[in-house]
Amino acid sequence: MSEGTIKKFMYVNRKPPYGTVYALESLEVVLIGAAFDQDVSLAFIGDGVYQITKGQSTSDIGMKNFSPTYNALGDYDITKLYVEQESLTERGLSVDDLMDIVYEDEDDDWAEKPSIRVVSRAELADVIAGQDILLNF
Amino acid sequence: MKFGILINEGPYQHQASDSAYLFAKAAIDKGHEVFRVFFYHDGVQNATCLSSPPQDDRNITALWSELAKEHNVDLVVCVAAALRRGILDENEAKRNGKDAHNLADGFRISGLGQLIEAGIQSDRLMVFGD
Repeated sequence: MSEGTIKKFMYVNRKPPYGTVYALESLEVVLIGAAFDQDVSLAFIGDGVYQITKGQSTSDIGMKNFSPTYNALGDYDITKLYVEQESLTERGLSVDDLMDIVYEDEDDDWAEKPSIRVVSRAELADVIAGQDILLNF
Repeated sequence: MKFGILINEGPYQHQASDSAYLFAKAAIDKGHEVFRVFFYHDGVQNATCLSSPPQDDRNITALWSELAKEHNVDLVVCVAAALRRGILDENEAKRNGKDAHNLADGFRISGLGQLIEAGIQSDRLMVFGD
């Protein structure tokens, strides 16, 4: 593989934001990896959907609330956040319970667009099948 | 084929590191290349030279060190994950004012960029975790 190779990297987030460190350390990889100019997307499945819910508060558990960091992903050109519909439904959640994560589309006069794409389990399976690298956290 | 390997769990509690080791060894025995093994999350605990399992058990850290020595495999421990969990080499111990260091032979501490690079450079990136 040459220096200019662009691969499709997908970070698959499967765990809740707190309770274990997977979500936080996954986000650290995403941010560092952004410097490598790859084709990056994130998927949120299972309890992973809780990572991007609105109104998180950690003041009573002595941990940093890192959820605002997801809002910065657009600045890192990370604009594809796939959320599995079934995972939301199974948890009594809808897209309205998720943060309004947006990016500015440079090809459309920097119009603000939603980064979150709610997809069905079957659709997500297709997206996953099209990736080169899957990092499961 | 060129493989990158990511290990996300510590030794003994999870089988991830054992499975990754067996995979790496089998791949090398079959003539494949292991470009890099990257240790992340609690996986960094695989790199402590202070691990002292009973004699009738496998010493996972020592197995990795041997593999690195015999086959020149690049074992990289994530610096941020390692420092949080008390895995330090001599340099990091000095930098952080600690009077001891515990990084086992054959391992080196570096950044997450090494994981992304392993993904780019390898034909396959294998993830061993929970």
